[in-house]
Amino acid sequence: MTVQPKTPLQEFWRLFKKDKLAISGLVILTLLIIAALAGKMLTEWMIIFDPATVRLVDKFLPPLSSISEHVPIEDIPRFGVYLLGTDELGRDVFARMLQGSFVSLSIGFVAVGISTFIGILLGGLAGFYGNVRLGFITVDTLIMRFTDVMLCFPTFFLILTVVALLPPSIYNIMIIIGITSWMGTTRFVRAEFLALREQDFVIAAKAVGLPEWRIIFLHMVPNAIAPVLISAIIGVATAILTESALSFLGFGVQPPYATWGNILADGKNFIFDAPWLFFIPGIAILFVVLAFNLVGEGMREALNPKLRRR
Amino acid sequence: MNKTTLQNKTTPLLTVKNLKKHFPVRSGFFSHISAWVKAVDDISFDVYAGETLGLVGESGCGKTTAGRALLRLIEPTSGEVYFDNKNLLKMKATELRQIRRQMQVIFQDPYSSLNPRMTIGNIVGEALKVHEIATGEALKHRLEELLDRVGLSPSYHSRYPHEFSGGQRQRIGIARALALNPTFIVCDEAVSALDVSIQAQIINLLRDLQAEYHLAYLFISHDLNVVQHIADRIAVMYLGKIVEIAPADTLFKSPKHPYTQALIAANPIPDPDIKHEAKLLEGDVPSPVNPPSGCPFHTRCPSVMDKCKHIKPPLTEIKKEGKSQIVWCHLH
Repeated sequence: MTVQPKTPLQEFWRLFKKDKLAISGLVILTLLIIAALAGKMLTEWMIIFDPATVRLVDKFLPPLSSISEHVPIEDIPRFGVYLLGTDELGRDVFARMLQGSFVSLSIGFVAVGISTFIGILLGGLAGFYGNVRLGFITVDTLIMRFTDVMLCFPTFFLILTVVALLPPSIYNIMIIIGITSWMGTTRFVRAEFLALREQDFVIAAKAVGLPEWRIIFLHMVPNAIAPVLISAIIGVATAILTESALSFLGFGVQPPYATWGNILADGKNFIFDAPWLFFIPGIAILFVVLAFNLVGEGMREALNPKLRRR
Repeated sequence: MNKTTLQNKTTPLLTVKNLKKHFPVRSGFFSHISAWVKAVDDISFDVYAGETLGLVGESGCGKTTAGRALLRLIEPTSGEVYFDNKNLLKMKATELRQIRRQMQVIFQDPYSSLNPRMTIGNIVGEALKVHEIATGEALKHRLEELLDRVGLSPSYHSRYPHEFSGGQRQRIGIARALALNPTFIVCDEAVSALDVSIQAQIINLLRDLQAEYHLAYLFISHDLNVVQHIADRIAVMYLGKIVEIAPADTLFKSPKHPYTQALIAANPIPDPDIKHEAKLLEGDVPSPVNPPSGCPFHTRCPSVMDKCKHIKPPLTEIKKEGKSQIVWCHLH
């Protein structure tokens, strides 16, 4: 009977790795993160793949085409081959995809970071201090009615409006997506906190005289955080999609800086002549969004207490 | 039966005076208060050092609310609670945190009373760390001592609650309550969720601990047999009010309030040959939102009189053989 005691993390991993789909999602995400970091380094800091070189003689070449002899020596891409073809200006699509992967990923993570932070803060306040009255209104009413107001706007059009008013830089996009998508998390965290506040172990923590911050951050947050993390991971996929859609419409990150959304937008004009321009970013977005969703679902399953070994 | 001898009978450790807890019922768009649930409505009692006061009553009569309100785990609506002659309800948060060391609580449900993400060692030892009672080696030592005292192996300190059974979890809950060396513990249905065999173990543990540390218990339960076994005195609650307080043997021998009589009559006796006059109550408990005027029990009382319906029954003390039995009923 000497069973090695398992931490919740070990138990989580044991269940998570049983889910083949979630593991394949995790593999795709790992590759994406490597690609994004490599993309940032190899296209901006030490230019090994140059996304901006224009080679008009080599435009619209399909993937794996070799370079024509008219291209100047210094413009020849690494490996002497266009791995993913070229676009209408003869730019290397592989280099542009690499550059775009960093944009997509950082927008996804930063936007979700902002929205999760706001969500936990407001949801936690509404859930824990909800009964405190500010004049004629309670904290809970104030925060939750504001959340309802925010939910009334169709998010995408709200983003479009704000983007139209502000200069379309990558940082603005991150912040705007972040501050227009915290409502779900807020409701979620509030509900978790309301339920946890009544749990005996939280009352017990109060009974042994623990300070309030300790009860909130050491007893309640760790028990509420798992579902929030899952929704955040699925939220990253939504943020990536939103950014792609904005770039596709021309409101997102501006050319010549490449993102998957604007590669797709350029490609749609040549869908019959150069279908790879359309399909490569499209399939990349599909796989990444799918991978985030699979990992999120896998985590949800693994954290399901019914599957846990007693 | 080695019930703790009553000591220090003159000054109570805990005095509850006119404690009330009313919950608002909110309704409508602006959630205005449309009614009040009078969960605990004007109760008063004393608990002496080293004794066990049983608090019995049917589900929903406000037992648990009373236990939590007097510890200020929920804010009471009004009343006074004196612990060691200090008024708890007037205390600021920091003072209250200090005095909480001396009054602890053991919960009914051993599955929800332990934080699933903390190890046993952290659950039991956290209070010691926060109150700066023990750190480092001393903390480890105290932990081992506590776990050993409640009958668990000290090697369990690095395990998580889900690895334990209900009875073991309840022992962990008891260790947590004991950690701060309290003088008073509210046992809120502490054995109701356990198997009968485990119940007996936990009750014996509670009694041993009481004898060892001179603890006072407020033992909340709906199980008359358990209360009879452990309590020195018993308070009977009905619809947010206490209707009778008496020493345990007196209460079971000669219950004075018709509700107490009905409760005891309804308690099954494990002997098929004994026939007891069935005095079963009719009707349901009235809603605490709109409790009956006068005596709360008059709607179901077999010996109801006219004045029961309008006048609140006064406190009547019946003294017999040096024992005091207090009842709130017009019959006495």
